[in-house]
Amino acid sequence: MIHFVLLISRQGKVRLTKWYSPYTQKERTKVLRELSGVILTRGPKLCNFVEWRGYKVVYKRYASLYFCMCIDHEDNELEILEIIHHYVEILDRYFGSVCELDLIFNFHKAYYILDELLIAGELQESSKKTVARLIAAQDSLVEAAKEQRSSISNIIAQATK
Amino acid sequence: MEQLKTIGRELAMGSQGGFGQSKEFLDLVKSIGEARSKAEEDRIVLHEIETLKRRISEPDIPKRKMKEYIIRLVYFEMLGHDASFGYIHAVKMTHDDTLLLKRTGYLAVTLFLNDDHDLIILIVNTIQKDLRSDNYLVVCAALNAVCRLINEETIPAVLPQVVDLLSHSKEAVRKKAIMALHRFYQKSPSSVSHLVSNFRKRLCDNDPGVMGATLCPLFDLITIEVHSYKDLVVSFVSILKQVAERRLPKSYDYHQMPAPFIQIRLLKILALLGSGDKQASENMYTVVGDILRKCDSSSNIGNAVLYECVCCVSSIYPNPKLLEVAADVISRFLKSDSHNLKYMGIDSLGRLIKMSPEIAEQHQLAVIDCLEDPDDTLKRKTFELLYKMTKSSNVEVIVDRMIDYMISINDNHYKTYIASRCVELAEQFAPSNHWFILTMNKVFEHAGDLVNVKVAHNLMRLIAEGFGEDDDAADSQLRSSAVESYLHIIGEPKLPSVFLQVICWVLGEYGTADGKYSASYITGKLCDVAEACSNDETVKAYAVTAIMKIYAFEIAAGRKVDMLHECQSLVEELSASHSTDLQQRAYELQAVICLDAHAVENIIPSDASCEDVEIDKNLSFLNSYVQQSLENGAQPYIPETGRSGMSDTINFRSQDQPEASMHGLRFEAYELPKPPVPSRMHTASLEPSTELVPVSEPAYSRDTHQVATVPSVSDAGSSELKLRLDGVQKKWGRPAYSSSAPSTSSSTSQNTVNGVTQVDAAGSVISKAHKTNDSRKPRVEISPEKQKLAASLFGGSSQTEKRPTTASHKVTKAGSHAAGKKSQAPKSAVVSNQVTVEKTIHQPPPDLLDLGEPAVPSATPSVDPFKQLEGLLDPTQVSSTANHGAVGATESPDIIALYGKTPASGHSSSAAISLPTNGDGVNFTAGLLDATISTTHAGTTLPTQSIKGLNAKDSLEKDALVRQMGVTPSSQNPNLFRDLLS
Repeated sequence: MIHFVLLISRQGKVRLTKWYSPYTQKERTKVLRELSGVILTRGPKLCNFVEWRGYKVVYKRYASLYFCMCIDHEDNELEILEIIHHYVEILDRYFGSVCELDLIFNFHKAYYILDELLIAGELQESSKKTVARLIAAQDSLVEAAKEQRSSISNIIAQATK
Repeated sequence: MEQLKTIGRELAMGSQGGFGQSKEFLDLVKSIGEARSKAEEDRIVLHEIETLKRRISEPDIPKRKMKEYIIRLVYFEMLGHDASFGYIHAVKMTHDDTLLLKRTGYLAVTLFLNDDHDLIILIVNTIQKDLRSDNYLVVCAALNAVCRLINEETIPAVLPQVVDLLSHSKEAVRKKAIMALHRFYQKSPSSVSHLVSNFRKRLCDNDPGVMGATLCPLFDLITIEVHSYKDLVVSFVSILKQVAERRLPKSYDYHQMPAPFIQIRLLKILALLGSGDKQASENMYTVVGDILRKCDSSSNIGNAVLYECVCCVSSIYPNPKLLEVAADVISRFLKSDSHNLKYMGIDSLGRLIKMSPEIAEQHQLAVIDCLEDPDDTLKRKTFELLYKMTKSSNVEVIVDRMIDYMISINDNHYKTYIASRCVELAEQFAPSNHWFILTMNKVFEHAGDLVNVKVAHNLMRLIAEGFGEDDDAADSQLRSSAVESYLHIIGEPKLPSVFLQVICWVLGEYGTADGKYSASYITGKLCDVAEACSNDETVKAYAVTAIMKIYAFEIAAGRKVDMLHECQSLVEELSASHSTDLQQRAYELQAVICLDAHAVENIIPSDASCEDVEIDKNLSFLNSYVQQSLENGAQPYIPETGRSGMSDTINFRSQDQPEASMHGLRFEAYELPKPPVPSRMHTASLEPSTELVPVSEPAYSRDTHQVATVPSVSDAGSSELKLRLDGVQKKWGRPAYSSSAPSTSSSTSQNTVNGVTQVDAAGSVISKAHKTNDSRKPRVEISPEKQKLAASLFGGSSQTEKRPTTASHKVTKAGSHAAGKKSQAPKSAVVSNQVTVEKTIHQPPPDLLDLGEPAVPSATPSVDPFKQLEGLLDPTQVSSTANHGAVGATESPDIIALYGKTPASGHSSSAAISLPTNGDGVNFTAGLLDATISTTHAGTTLPTQSIKGLNAKDSLEKDALVRQMGVTPSSQNPNLFRDLLS
């Protein structure tokens, strides 16, 4: 089971946190501090796993962003690496060449996508297409609501079509 | 294609209305992003929280504004600040009718609240309503929240609806409903135990996503109770076969692998089902072998599947051919340059050596490499492997290595862990007593405060009891070597307290036993210890008692005792101590010294630490004294409950107390009011506790009650309570829950499983321990040369087999210990091995019998899983339904088409990335970059951006958009624009 997902920038800034096991705010801060200390200082050629307090933390660096997931001892680390990559690919497809800035300003979108991918600490959907379809369906509803307000962005979208 | 992608991106951006937030919020995010220190960031956030606190409580905030406030709260909370003042607003937002706001509300509450938060109760009602919604997106949002927020108490409130959703027409809903049930199962197995059959049914769902999700709960269920699922082996095998043969829709492919995540889950389940079951395992050999052979070992996901295959092979009933292939995979892992693969290789080697110990030898150099690798993670994994392959022949090298590493690290958590491993190995395999004592000294010296106190007690007991043989000479030799080493070590500064306690005890008990050291020498040392640890009362107490013992032994031996001067001053100091314990010990010491030899020998007999002390609980020796006092006119003793006036208070409190324990929630309507009957009221309020503990509720509730009220409730009183409790069940109890099977039955059956699998391991280990033995092998010096180290780690095995038995007294103990360790099962299970074996032989569970005819699945529901599976795995049918779903679900086919096209081209967007960049593109972007970003940064960003033309263009667009919004992104961090997937 995945206990939490963290996105930390290379400078140690938090970009996204999702906790699947109960942690108090104090514990969360402590976890973040501890783990960013461990992970950000690791060299590039070392393995992408860190054993931590009886759990394992699998992390992967994408450009300047570290994606970390904390898992149980008996879980398959390589699989988790691929789940991270799977998530990044979905983000990439959603945002179109996703970069850190996208996630900074659209962290709630990143949460919605994560919610379609993982639920209760387990991978719920391994098909990118299905995830994309659900997110698009949600967005289209959002859009329908917005259309009444006739936002400028829609006009831009029309023009580029 | 690229153009399409760009449009898609713009559409995505457009749908967010230029990030969808106000400029104010974007500015905030930006200023936090540009904060140079954590302190600055905190200052900004705290200021912002103050503003938000004020604003959010204003009346009549437009909903759109509120939504943004909530998003801000999420942001602050994410940054580690307390946003609890706004939780209630997030909760309110979930009540909203529009999906947009509802979704934000649910997102916020799932991020804010743990399942024990008080506000949950306000959301349950909304969740109930939303689960019944016509809009499947609303249902999905509610199910997401259910997984996070519903706790044991609120499960009954949503359970019926979640169960209904299992047959919802949308696969996304079915999938989430399955996961929600899984979550319920994790939180409170008894609440959903009657629904377990639903998981089996959903395994035949015709959506692969739902089937894949169902594997999660099934894995958990099978882990707990493997026997009731043996009938599914054939189904799992056939699913796995079809997945591996690419019969699932293309959209489940991941990096050219067919549904690897589903494969991994299936392999995990098969590993459980095949463990120690030859018949079930035989069904799996073909498909696992096929995957092992066919799997692509160049991609990471391929290796993930391969690793899972190796785990499976090492768990199921061994098959020589598969073991061979698995060994090949492991050697490929170990030889790889990637640290990740090495790590997995070490891990899988640790699994496989249980089956075939000889394969470790061919990888010895690779293992040594990993052991000396600078990567801590790899090193620790290797220690784990070494721990698994420790024998009496190599224990010295391994434990020495472990201790060296333990000394070198600062991580207390791991230090504790590795210290306990050292102790465990030393206890099991110690080649000699002397080595054992020295090793324990080292462990205590460097990690003493982290070691479990039990270890210290074990060590003391070991020294006191010897090794359980009647070999007094060896025992006393052990003791004197311990004393010697402790006297040697005692002068060192900053010894951990636990270690000092051990030292004091041993010196007190055996310091003068062999006559080598004089009493005054030992007591002098003990005084030093007590003085050095002036803050540690426990150590002082140990030291004083030790001194007392030494003097007592001297007196008993008829020698004259001269109390050292420092000793006297210590005793005087302690007799004025604040600690009554120390005071008492000091006075006892003074008293003992004044007694004659005979009396002292009775009080503190020499070397009697292993004798049992008999305790007369009835205090019968006081009888004559009591009698005498009574004759002198004293009042007889009346037990507290027998005294008058007490019963009233008992009643009063017991009526009062249950109200506090009334924390269970009821979700059904209340019953019609009836005239209150006091006694019923009283008992009814006990009901929640019975609900929480369905297994042994009468005893439990009675106990707590008793404890909570008055310590001396008489027996009569408690039985009265028990009687009343019967009425409770009839009146208030919920039949559905009280009738559900208690979880104990499943756990016992698991024990038997453990028993079966352990037998082999335990047996073999014991026999091995008999063969190998601890005849003193010349101690191997760890030379820098790896060859030598390797020889000492691995090579020892073949030689030791022939050695004669000398120290066999250790063997039996080691054997049983090893069994306990290897099987990683509770000790009781190991102890009762014999019993469980007999049981399984004489009366095998019905499921095992059924496996004789695997073609007849006994417990399957009326639907034939195989037919359903065939339907499910027919690619055309599935894809057509999928398409249908897509069209029906969305109103913006453009995006869908866009999403749909990319996978059709074979893989993910990585295809786009790998497109060769043409020179023009680079130049073009370079020019643009110059124009927009200041020249200094153009230099830094250029090399990364020019990797792919599209990428640079994208980021420029983003830059432009950000500028358009009036937010200048931080110029210090060009990385922000870098494509994550580059």
